[in-house]
Amino acid sequence: MKILVAVKRVIDYNVQIRVKEDGSGVHTDNVKMSTNPPDDNATEESVKLKESGKVKEVVAVTIGEEKAQETVRKALAVGADRGIHVKADSYIEPLGIAKILKKVVEKEKPDMVFLGKQAIDDDCNQTGQMLAAMLNWPQATFSSKVTLKDKSMEIVREIDEGLETVEVNLPAVVTCDLRLNEPRYASLPNIMKAKKKPIEQMAAKDLGVDIKNRVQQLKVEEPPKRKAGIKVANVAELVSKLKNEAKVI
Amino acid sequence: MSVLLIAEHDNKNLKPFTFNAISAASKIDAEVHVLVAGIGCESVAKEVAAVPLVKKVLLCDSPNYQNYLPENLAPLVTKNADKYDHIVASANTFGKNFMPRVAAALDTSQVSDVIKVNSPDTFVRPIYAGNALATVKSNDKKRCVTIRPTSFEPAPKTGGSAQVEKVEAVDVPNFSKFVKREETKSERPELGTARIVVSGGRGLESGDNFKLITDIADKLNAAVGASRAAVDAGYISNDHQVGQTGKVVVPDLYIAVGISGAIQHLAGMKESKIIVAINKDGEAPIFSIADYGLEADLFKALPEFLSELNKLNTIQK
Repeated sequence: MKILVAVKRVIDYNVQIRVKEDGSGVHTDNVKMSTNPPDDNATEESVKLKESGKVKEVVAVTIGEEKAQETVRKALAVGADRGIHVKADSYIEPLGIAKILKKVVEKEKPDMVFLGKQAIDDDCNQTGQMLAAMLNWPQATFSSKVTLKDKSMEIVREIDEGLETVEVNLPAVVTCDLRLNEPRYASLPNIMKAKKKPIEQMAAKDLGVDIKNRVQQLKVEEPPKRKAGIKVANVAELVSKLKNEAKVI
Repeated sequence: MSVLLIAEHDNKNLKPFTFNAISAASKIDAEVHVLVAGIGCESVAKEVAAVPLVKKVLLCDSPNYQNYLPENLAPLVTKNADKYDHIVASANTFGKNFMPRVAAALDTSQVSDVIKVNSPDTFVRPIYAGNALATVKSNDKKRCVTIRPTSFEPAPKTGGSAQVEKVEAVDVPNFSKFVKREETKSERPELGTARIVVSGGRGLESGDNFKLITDIADKLNAAVGASRAAVDAGYISNDHQVGQTGKVVVPDLYIAVGISGAIQHLAGMKESKIIVAINKDGEAPIFSIADYGLEADLFKALPEFLSELNKLNTIQK
């Protein structure tokens, strides 16, 4: 079996983002970038399935500017076999990304597509579900446990009420939650080896899909700042403040 | 011009967030229609029909929709989308699961997690874990929108009498199967809607120590929350997680105990009306947004907190 895993380059999750003064977006120059965290879980799970012997090949794909290739290299360094870089110079909405991934799926014919459940930059939480719908495949979102069977997968999903288990026939799309696994670090020898693994290049505009954005970003602003309050000296003062000043208990 | 809202329910009752979603939908357009899809869910349709803001209820009673499998639900929504300009659902694990399938089928770009409706085509939504707010305009003819329930007041529940119209089920693809749902049962209020939330972080040091949190929560009739660090460490189950990838809560009172205040956690609670932080590290970022900060060892402070609460004559419910 074969897995396609999609990874996205985003501002590192530890970076405190800064909104541009002109309201056109957030500062990205000289800001640390890394792979979207749940995409690392998606890669890890794909590689684990390969190590279990059930999966023969793991192909990592990214869509984005030149440097987005780094996310594919990282996936290759932790065990993916080869990479695909679909070049795109500007932001593409999840709808367009899903259309591009559909093209890649049609070419690669994987049995499963793994992605992170959400990107931590635009926080859309759409791409996996859209891709599944376009392919007319089943989906399992927010996955925290994946059990691969012969022609299906049993997946435990994290939902608001607790946990839900579903079984989806293959081929299927899986979006991964942070608790699915513990992504490994790449060892230096594997990073060196990854440099020799092939990354196929293509351009988004050559794929013949409509990737024009439909949602226009009018402005980006900082949320209202919350001011720090006071420090209380002890528990008795805290309870008294909550009771008599804030009147919440 | 009208809005189709997809109701979330358990085939008996509406889930509380649907009332918030109804009020959000009514801000897009006054003509709010609600689709109730499920099995034996006539009582849910009646409940929805009683909401004054709802103008019409579409009821689809079929075993196909018993467990809200997105592969089954999305084609039903898509089929009924013709007459509507907006398809709306809550941005929780229910809406997030099926709505992008609908958007893809309609070839429309979804607007996720809306916290403010400026006009029928312009919305405000948080990005970067709420560290920035984007005002976006959808240029699609048909718009799929998920709304953040806690950003909208729940709609009044009674006094309306909308017409209930039955709609037919559509064929299902039969490539996915519901196996089971393990809902965390709790006597406490639901995390998403509780008036008070008491949350614990890695500072609790163990799952057993969460009893210090639950004791306070029970005294205050509060829900129990947790940081991702506490969930990842296995102290408590994931449905308690508050933050960017967990739940977003907006209680009157949020008490963060042993939580340093990572960006990802703040994303889930910083809109709370009153925030209390109890942490032994006086430099913890949580103090920068707390209305009342107590720099103290939680293992001393929490038992003391409980005994101070016990001294009060009355506690608001």
